[in-house]
Amino acid sequence: MTTNQHLLSLKGIRKSFGSAEVLRGIDMTIDPGEIVALVGDNGAGKSTLIKIITGVHRPSDGEIYFKGEQITLHSVADSRERGIETVYQERALADQQSLWRNVFAGREIVGPFGLLDVRRQRAETERLLREHMGFTSSAIDIDAEVKMLSGGERQGIAIARALYFNAELIILDEPTMGLSLKEAERVVEFVKGIKHKGKSAIFIDHNIFHVYDVADRFVILDRGRVAGRFLKSELSQEELVRMMIQLHQTGTLN
Amino acid sequence: MAQAVKRSWFYEHRVNVSIVTILVLLYAIFLIGNPDVFTSYNIYRSFMATMPYFGIMALSATLVVTLGEIDLSFPSVLGLSSWVFATVFVETGATNGSFLLAFVACLAVGALAGLGNGLLVTKIGIPSIVATIGTMFLWRGMVNILAEGRGIPLVDLRETVFHPIFVGRLFGEIPAQFIWLIAAAVFFGALYRRHWFGSHVLYVGDNESSARMMGINVDRVKIICFVQLGVCAALAGVILANEVTYFWSTQGEGFLLTTLAAVFVGGTSVFGGRGTVFGTLIGVFIIGSLEAGIVAIGLTGFYVQFIYGLMITVSVTVYAVMMRR
Repeated sequence: MTTNQHLLSLKGIRKSFGSAEVLRGIDMTIDPGEIVALVGDNGAGKSTLIKIITGVHRPSDGEIYFKGEQITLHSVADSRERGIETVYQERALADQQSLWRNVFAGREIVGPFGLLDVRRQRAETERLLREHMGFTSSAIDIDAEVKMLSGGERQGIAIARALYFNAELIILDEPTMGLSLKEAERVVEFVKGIKHKGKSAIFIDHNIFHVYDVADRFVILDRGRVAGRFLKSELSQEELVRMMIQLHQTGTLN
Repeated sequence: MAQAVKRSWFYEHRVNVSIVTILVLLYAIFLIGNPDVFTSYNIYRSFMATMPYFGIMALSATLVVTLGEIDLSFPSVLGLSSWVFATVFVETGATNGSFLLAFVACLAVGALAGLGNGLLVTKIGIPSIVATIGTMFLWRGMVNILAEGRGIPLVDLRETVFHPIFVGRLFGEIPAQFIWLIAAAVFFGALYRRHWFGSHVLYVGDNESSARMMGINVDRVKIICFVQLGVCAALAGVILANEVTYFWSTQGEGFLLTTLAAVFVGGTSVFGGRGTVFGTLIGVFIIGSLEAGIVAIGLTGFYVQFIYGLMITVSVTVYAVMMRR
């Protein structure tokens, strides 16, 4: 296969729910250290495609290659095991739990009898926040409940957590939705951090400005098909916006 | 977060501090109201004997409440498993061996009843308050059918070697069931705060979909919580049967509200994701000493329910206000 250099490669992915065909043959690749924006209107099939990559849905047809190897994803846990992690805004963190419980949720460091190694979980959380998010130790209260954090910080924690657990591909589903401009900019910075770590991301957002700022490449979806692919160098922000409007109005990019 | 400076120990433990304050105030009132009774050991011995019946279930129910779920069926499970305990013990000859057999059968019934609740809630998707109203009537109804209203005398329990393990008097003074209660508190406290399972319970109760995203087996966590409450109800049934050496078909009725009251007074949130096992234990001390205390300070028994209500309403209001900030 020619998929060796790609981190993730999708070939002819189709998905139907009953008689409704939501994805009609999607081909797409993600390379290591690349941030790909998935853009498209509501109903374009973005979230279905994401759910296939994360193992929530099984494709009706098509092949998925990860690190050059053909895989079948059976569950979310399965895709996480392979290094594909999703960061959802609402579902990322548990509000009333401390930072160190959130970071290690479902992946606790345990000692004898399954008892938590609280000391190590706290120390690692502190290190994580310092190294991945640039907080100084004095500004961090890892015992604080997550609800004390701003929206942008929560996204940052969720991204840092994914990186800490060696995610190769992080899927960001509307990470800036509902955030203030300043907070959204912080999220964009965190997303750029993924690239600096040499990891990849798929970025889905309605805000074209954020998308354009952070992505290396754009894949435009329309009604279950790939309507266009562009490198950032091929396309200005204005052109991308114009394309989205044209697609919305006429249903075609030509 | 930059503003989130280190918080004080008192702030960190504000729920536990409040509940202990309430307990101290309550005992101050009792001591002033009737110094004779409350400076003698007798009343404390009596408390230590009676609190564990619902106390062990309250500790156990803290996990279920932390999930944001509720179980109303555990008093009926206590009744059913007690019937099984009594029947197996008597029918197999009332020996040491039959005690063991009866004990195992009793806990198994508790576990199965809990499993039933867990499956109804997770696999069928019935809200736990509705599912456990159903099983509450179901198991109590089954006890009524099986026992046909008749009690089962269990005086032979006193002859077994196991009797003192459950309800003996340590050094002639401390009821053994109180040791069980404290052991259960230590066990559940460690499980809740310091074990991965407790961490999962808190996380699921806080944000179920996030828990699923993080790869936590939400259904399994919930089922285990319901199962352990069933087992603890059965254990409480065994202790109660040993103390009173009699089975009657209403066994366990009346524990429902005191048990849940202890959990809520203790500061565990009905919305899930937040709670304290220590608080529940103090809640058990408060609820368990209220009735005797009220009578001892000279109020009539008519005040008991009113003061229960007052305690519960005030404490949950305090917690709600505390958490809003």
